[in-house]
Amino acid sequence: MNVRKAVITAAAPDQHTLPLQQLVDRGGQNKTALQLIVEEVTGAGIEEICLVICPGDQAAYEQSAGELQGLLTFVEQSEPRGYGDALSRAKDFVGAEPFLHLVGDHLYLSETVVCCARQLINIAEEHDCAVSAVQATRENKLPDFGAVGGTHVAQQARLYEVTTVVEKPTPTQAEQELIIAGLRSGYYQCFFGMHVLTPLVMEILTGLLKETDRRVTLSDALARLAHRQRYLAYELKGSRYNIGAKYGLLVAQLALSLSGRDRDQILTELVELLANQRSGAEL
Amino acid sequence: MSRFVDVIVSGDDAVRNRSLDSLCADASLEELLADCRELDHFRRRSDNLYHRVRALFFLAAIYRYHVPQCLPTDNTGFLPFEGYEHLLGRRFQEAIDAFRSQQQRDGASVTTASGLAEAYHQLAFQTLADQVRRSVRTVRGNQWMFRIGHPADHPLRLRRALLQREGERDPFPILSERTSVRMDFSHSAWSDIFFLGMDFPEGARVLNVSVDLGVRGRDAEPRPPIETYLRVIDEPVLRLVSVDLGASADVTTIAEMFDFARDYLGLLKAAVIAAGVVPPGLEGCEHPMSDLLARMIGPGLGLEIASKVNDIPKGSRLAVSTNLLGSLISLGMRATGQVSSLTGGLEERDRRIVAARAILGEWIGGSGGGWQDSGGVWPGIKLITGAQAEEGDPEQGVSRGRLLPQHSILGEDDVTAQTRQKLQESLVLVHGGMAQNVGPILEMVTEKYLLRSEPEWQARHEAMAILDDVVDALKAGDIRRIGKVTTCNFTGPLQTIIPWVTNRFTDLLIERAGEKFGEQFWGFWMLGGMAGGGMGFIFDPQVKPLAQDWLQETMAETKRELQTALPFAMEPVVYDFAINDRGTWAELSTGAAAVMPDRYYGLVVPGWLRKESRELSPLVRRELEYLGTVCRDGDAIGSDDSDCGRTTARMLLDRMLPRPDRDDARHDSLHELLDEFGFDREQHEQIRADLRAGRVGLAQNRLPATTEITDVEPADVIDVRGGIESKYVELGRAAIRRGEVGVVTLAAGVGSRWTEGAGVCKALHPFCKFDGQHRNFLEVHLAKSRQTAREQGGPIAHVFTTGYLTDRPIREHLDRHANYGFEGPLLISPGRAVGLRTVPMVRDLRFAWEEMPQQILDEQQQKVRESLRAALIGWAQQTGEGEDYTDNLPMQCLHPVGHWYEIPNMLRNGTLHDLLQQQPGLKFLLLHNVDTLGASIGPGLLGRHIDGGQTLSFEVIARRLEDRGGGLARINGRPRLVEGLALPDEQAEFRLSFYNSMTTWIDIDGLLRAFGLTRGQLGDAAAIDTAIRRMAQRMPTYITLKDVKKRWGQGQEDVFPVAQFEKLWGDMTALPELECAYFVTPLGRGQQLKQQAQLDGWLRDGSAVDVRSQCTWT
Repeated sequence: MNVRKAVITAAAPDQHTLPLQQLVDRGGQNKTALQLIVEEVTGAGIEEICLVICPGDQAAYEQSAGELQGLLTFVEQSEPRGYGDALSRAKDFVGAEPFLHLVGDHLYLSETVVCCARQLINIAEEHDCAVSAVQATRENKLPDFGAVGGTHVAQQARLYEVTTVVEKPTPTQAEQELIIAGLRSGYYQCFFGMHVLTPLVMEILTGLLKETDRRVTLSDALARLAHRQRYLAYELKGSRYNIGAKYGLLVAQLALSLSGRDRDQILTELVELLANQRSGAEL
Repeated sequence: MSRFVDVIVSGDDAVRNRSLDSLCADASLEELLADCRELDHFRRRSDNLYHRVRALFFLAAIYRYHVPQCLPTDNTGFLPFEGYEHLLGRRFQEAIDAFRSQQQRDGASVTTASGLAEAYHQLAFQTLADQVRRSVRTVRGNQWMFRIGHPADHPLRLRRALLQREGERDPFPILSERTSVRMDFSHSAWSDIFFLGMDFPEGARVLNVSVDLGVRGRDAEPRPPIETYLRVIDEPVLRLVSVDLGASADVTTIAEMFDFARDYLGLLKAAVIAAGVVPPGLEGCEHPMSDLLARMIGPGLGLEIASKVNDIPKGSRLAVSTNLLGSLISLGMRATGQVSSLTGGLEERDRRIVAARAILGEWIGGSGGGWQDSGGVWPGIKLITGAQAEEGDPEQGVSRGRLLPQHSILGEDDVTAQTRQKLQESLVLVHGGMAQNVGPILEMVTEKYLLRSEPEWQARHEAMAILDDVVDALKAGDIRRIGKVTTCNFTGPLQTIIPWVTNRFTDLLIERAGEKFGEQFWGFWMLGGMAGGGMGFIFDPQVKPLAQDWLQETMAETKRELQTALPFAMEPVVYDFAINDRGTWAELSTGAAAVMPDRYYGLVVPGWLRKESRELSPLVRRELEYLGTVCRDGDAIGSDDSDCGRTTARMLLDRMLPRPDRDDARHDSLHELLDEFGFDREQHEQIRADLRAGRVGLAQNRLPATTEITDVEPADVIDVRGGIESKYVELGRAAIRRGEVGVVTLAAGVGSRWTEGAGVCKALHPFCKFDGQHRNFLEVHLAKSRQTAREQGGPIAHVFTTGYLTDRPIREHLDRHANYGFEGPLLISPGRAVGLRTVPMVRDLRFAWEEMPQQILDEQQQKVRESLRAALIGWAQQTGEGEDYTDNLPMQCLHPVGHWYEIPNMLRNGTLHDLLQQQPGLKFLLLHNVDTLGASIGPGLLGRHIDGGQTLSFEVIARRLEDRGGGLARINGRPRLVEGLALPDEQAEFRLSFYNSMTTWIDIDGLLRAFGLTRGQLGDAAAIDTAIRRMAQRMPTYITLKDVKKRWGQGQEDVFPVAQFEKLWGDMTALPELECAYFVTPLGRGQQLKQQAQLDGWLRDGSAVDVRSQCTWT
């Protein structure tokens, strides 16, 4: 398997401006979230990138992509029919090749010199199958994520053979279907917002969209994928930051800064804030 | 290794299933005690739960039944108070250690044996309950709920469909669920008790069917009796409404959700918790409910959950409350996406998690249902069986079976539509009106199972075979055969295991159905628990309508005959029923159809109208506008209620406009009764003033702390346990022959403890079958007097003293049964004193609950009890401490004033005068409580009494753990009886060897002398009144708290602690001029039956056989 294409979805009506937000990267440079995402992808060796966007967003995205805009292909999702539909819009772009998929409202920080996307692609290429990045997540966050159930791959740390995928499970269902040996109780492997997928996923999505009028999620397609192809989940060495969540952008910025050049400056600012600021209860 | 341990650990069924009785046969005391030591050692080191539990039950039974039989007759002993305190504090292990070291020091006695038996028994049940609790928590799908400790962590979100309104002014959609109840065809002898299902899964089998019900003559057609509703509201509260119980509450804090006894909404709260809406892990969290609701639903929004049970009374044996719990849980789980479908039926895996949550809900609410009780959630007929614990199950390695059973639905291939129809055409389902606590029965079953008593074990296998027969008959479509085998189950194995499952009422109904319908009465169908409430009768379909009418009349008539003897909670009803083939079912109503049922509005609208319009939320205002339109325009309301607007309007008017107050009538009747029964208003006001001023009260009942209280010395008593010399026996015999002795049975009691406050005539309670027939206390006492008279050849006079509640029933009963053919003089001494109960003082409630030693309950039940007590203190303050208690049936407001008055009553009402006229030679009386079944005229004891020449001889027995309430003591150096109420501290009682059985031999002339009277003055009312008043002033007055039941609705009951006063007979021994003696008699003679839970032990320890041997029936 050789992964050289990537699809980034950024078409959710309430989140389509998120990739345009300004942040300061690890090196202290001002960048948009989109630039950071595209850098993550290109840093992993991807050659072509497709962005699925809302109609009318292309100009803003091109502008915020800066120098990297030449790598981008834009596809519009004409109606907001859900995540699955958005991804399926990139079917022609993907063609018969495996592809890296990221969501446009997440930023990633690797704990190693290898970026998160590269870690995932390495696993996919090694095992020649679809792989989703996952992260052990406490059950109180389950309403925000898709989660997988499965078994450990023998002799491979952090790698799981996926048998079940459920979108936003309740803890009741999670406890019955998604428990993976070795995890702390109350923790489940939830999606990281990054996948290496095979063209079969596009085929499944198309089928699902024909079957039903309701919104189709990527988890619906991955649940079927698990029954048709080998499908793995990998707990990679890094963290994801959802910039669409409440204070998500702030947390992401802090994480970036604290792992970068301006760490000391930010720590100093934080300590000063903590020392001078009265608590909310006193106000 | 001990032979007992061999049996417990054996893998061979033939050895493992050996009974305890067979192991104990012929063992000496030393052998038994050595076996107990080994068993105790074994259960401490064994890591297998069921080995431990079985060893504990073995130990309890050996100390309860086998050790006492081997002890020397004159044994006495003490229980260390420290051990008793451990027992009350549920520190059973420590209690056992304390009792064992006492036994080691002083040797074995019935006293220490009784303490050890109780401690082992309780530890066994606690171990089992802990295991069920652990299993419930470890079921996958339940565990997470115990980890959530903060509302911000709540992982559930309400389904969007419940938030989608068609327009801004439209109400939120309503999710409604309709659930049937379950009925057992056959239950393999209570094998649905968790402990049995988990230890003996192969024997745990139940055939149960989901049924819809309608009350015959009232409802047009059967429908699922349980309806539950859920909707979003525009206020950040969790609103709970129980339409059937007429209660609603806005829960605004998370802590309040865990306050179960605060109102009648405990079951709804347990359901909300078990459904995970407010997870159990949040208990103790101090956050407002709005925090949790904001996270789960959205800011400013709340949730309303309502239940409506269509008038199926309590005690129906149809598991109404578990299925209501199941219905509410299913609703909550659907709404939060925990089960796959929002509407329609449930998938099997969803039903299983709902059932697991219902078990959790039962535990949270402090109640307890069997593992098959949520059967109404499943469709149609299903075989429910225990399942072996396997690899990966949380139960594996702990118990042989899983917590949750397996359900196999019998489809149309197994039981044809025709058979189902035939069954509905044959079975008459009824509620006999009795509501009884089945808890003690479930304990008895568990204990007998673990002891493998031979008859029980055999009966259990018979019941299993009967279940197979029922399944075969159903598959063959042979309804007649079903009737035959369910009858066999009831009369055979079920009654072999627990004789108390039937009662006189049920037996009479079966007998009368047989007489009336002959071959066309196909059989009786026991529904579960015990008979008398929900029951089934199977008839030839040709006579079913006739049989339904006949049963309605006959049940009412039989109830009238027996209502003074047995506890009835309601009028009997006949149901129409239909098998429900779709199981629990949910629907979503939106827009104009999103309205609650009619009766819901009847409950909540008056509250809304009492508020200012601006205080109501916009949705409530719109709902009121809508109701106005409905009432004016006459549109239908409530999709399934088939009520038109006019009905709604009438119902709302009924709820809002006052009716003539029926309380006036109640007050009139209470006043009439007070006048009729000799109520002394002056004395009442004095006691009330004393009570309020703190001059009398629970604390003031006690003797001064400086009183010297010691145990009696050997010379203070006459120990007759080893036998009585023949010269005394001859003396007694001669007196009997000369007609010098009579019996006085105190029968004024209404069996408060016996029926847990229901108030029936205890003397008439047909408590046990002797020679194939239920006999009551009164009949047994007469049969003993008859036998004595016949054996000794002299007349025995018998007097029953009655009270205001028991006088008429006893007279009518004796008339109806022609005095049971009693040959001697038989007189009734009606009570001539009555008190009016008062609302208790809060300080007395606190004294009773905080100062006196209390049995700590199981963790969850204790929480419920504490919350209930807080509510009761609020009730006393709100109603007024010391006020007359009148908010109940008049009879429940009166109280007897203590047994001291019984003998004075005999003087005052002329009974003694009449008796002496009829039998002038009468010199002695034997006075005893109606529940002291062993008391009889023993010639030897009579001889000792005559020979001693004293006025009163009291019979005392060696004290056992359960014998609480005073005893024989030296008070400041003088032997006398002392009431438990009067002891300055709880420990004092534990230093006394003997317990007062209340049985008293009376020298009539001596007693009259003590009152300052002579035989000649017995016709002089004025002299008698003066004498009694003088004596009464010398007797102490005790204030006591009694639990009184208040019944309401459909068999619902509340229990209130009320204050009353009493004077007690034993205090006669404090009179210095009165000569008294104390006979130490065998236990069997002095043992009192105070609670129905004692019956089984009484039957097993040989007491029943002893009593039977003293009786001659007519």
